[in-house]
Amino acid sequence: MTALQALPRTGISAAEIAGGRRRRTARRRLVVGILAALIVVAFVVSLCVGQTTYTPGDVLGVILGRDIDGASFTVGRLRLPRATLAVIAGLCFGIGGVTFQTMLRNPLASPDIIGISAGASAAAAFAIITLGLGATQVSIFAIVAGLGIALLVYGLSFKDGVVGTRLILIGIGIAAMLDSLTAYVLSKAAQWDLQEASRWLTGSLNGTRWSEVVPVVIALAVLAPVLLTQSRNLSASQLGDDAASALGVRVEHTRIIVIIAAVGLIAFATAAAGPIAFVAFLSGPIAARIVGPGASLLIPSALVGSLLVVTADFLGQYAFGVRYPVGVITGVLGAPYLVYLIVRTNRSGGSL
Amino acid sequence: MTTAHTLHAQNLTVGYGTRTVVQDLDLRVPMGGISVIVGANACGKSTLLRAMSRLLAPRGGQVILDGRAVHQTPAKELARTLGLLPQSPTAPEGITVADLVGRGRHPHQGLFSRWTPADDQAVADALTATETAALADRPVDELSGGQRQRVWIAMALAQQTDILLLDEPTTFLDVSHQLEVLDLLTDLNRSRGTTIVIVLHDLNLAARYADHLIALTDGQVHALGTPAEVLTEETIRAVFGLDSRVVVDPTSNKPLMLPLGRHHTTVER
Repeated sequence: MTALQALPRTGISAAEIAGGRRRRTARRRLVVGILAALIVVAFVVSLCVGQTTYTPGDVLGVILGRDIDGASFTVGRLRLPRATLAVIAGLCFGIGGVTFQTMLRNPLASPDIIGISAGASAAAAFAIITLGLGATQVSIFAIVAGLGIALLVYGLSFKDGVVGTRLILIGIGIAAMLDSLTAYVLSKAAQWDLQEASRWLTGSLNGTRWSEVVPVVIALAVLAPVLLTQSRNLSASQLGDDAASALGVRVEHTRIIVIIAAVGLIAFATAAAGPIAFVAFLSGPIAARIVGPGASLLIPSALVGSLLVVTADFLGQYAFGVRYPVGVITGVLGAPYLVYLIVRTNRSGGSL
Repeated sequence: MTTAHTLHAQNLTVGYGTRTVVQDLDLRVPMGGISVIVGANACGKSTLLRAMSRLLAPRGGQVILDGRAVHQTPAKELARTLGLLPQSPTAPEGITVADLVGRGRHPHQGLFSRWTPADDQAVADALTATETAALADRPVDELSGGQRQRVWIAMALAQQTDILLLDEPTTFLDVSHQLEVLDLLTDLNRSRGTTIVIVLHDLNLAARYADHLIALTDGQVHALGTPAEVLTEETIRAVFGLDSRVVVDPTSNKPLMLPLGRHHTTVER
């Protein structure tokens, strides 16, 4: 304040405004570039390194379809679909999560806290284990359940508008119910093994097949652009419904498009990889801290999510003596962060 | 110019849930000046503003801007002519002043269209007009209440609308900051010709700053006119159920309302 009074100024030029904006854009681009590069590195490492290590040349050969002894099976059939799903599912969770957090103006309102992931997961577990359905039907099952749970939570918390805390508490309750439903389905399964169980409870990429990866890739290709077109409307809606409407945002319209697209992404990713713990929840706040305030977080958060899943899956497989499913690693990272965030939000009442 | 517009509520009925707040209201908003809407709590002041700016769909009647119902006007198109600063907007955590004011450009930008020099100029003008230029790079959460309110007004200015509605822009401000905000709005009206409609609680400030005073009661326009025409002892009794004396304010020559309570009153009520 004293500095301001010492240097009184009344005007500012358009050039200064443009300069400040360019600095922020440059920072955002730099962050996006670095994150994307890190994902590529992590992806390549997780293809090369393992029980047997192959050179990047071998891996490239396999990707280009050449037949390389040993590598074709290990990299082509085992590691490639797994790492691809890690990247794609991470993108889905990251962008879906931050969309909810931005829309509901609360970092706790992410789909894995408020029951949407749990709903998709329970439906997928039910569809696979109890009904014995294939990948496409499972995805449809999961997305319908995810949307249903989203509507249910939204509907139950609606009373003269939706208040964030009420929605979150109701969501947490529903998530707990759905988790027990998943556990029940698993316990009733004829031959339920630990891998299946861990996939539907915390998320796992073990035994990923291309047939599971493809629907998620398609969902991302279709739904992520839809979310990106709503990016400006989402930013404006952070000012509150009234202020956003006054700026020409059709708030309800935006909300419906965004909920369907985000739930779709979360549900498709969950149907393939299970509800990878806390990725949707963590990505947005981490991205917000790296990018800085004011910028759209959709893309940075998607990249953070992707990097989290690829890295956590790699660590889970090889960093410890035992192979842990990816969700165990992200859960270990996520839970303390959740506590930190609640403590901090209580103090500052912050938004993301 | 702003006087070329017309804003007109016809038989307007609006409500929330089962409650009807505004009933068959007719109002032609005077263009080019500062109109202040006053009335008791829950008389429909904010509801009227929200209906006029398309935030609430009417149950009956309509709001017509330039011959076209606002609820049939595309949202962005409307937001280029008519702006609203709601009662309690929220600033995203950590956002800087320049960024927040830039959000006011939303109705002027397409889906992916890039930021233009015109956008930068509008933000710079808005910051300059509200004397918040020195705060441009500061986070909004660190500002005082008065500064913050000026920043929100700057955001509404960056929207560059000919008509600007403000819902209780002086709430939570101390008296000097209240005057500061109203002076700023008067400057904008006089220099840019922006039509300004404000909901205010303080009758005396309303009388001082209004070119047109609009008194609402039970969702109806009770009186509309100059402050001297509207701020009378009879109107105050009808609108607020309050006994008062109205004198001429020696500092502004506007009417000044002195409320008569049950205590501390030395004249006959």
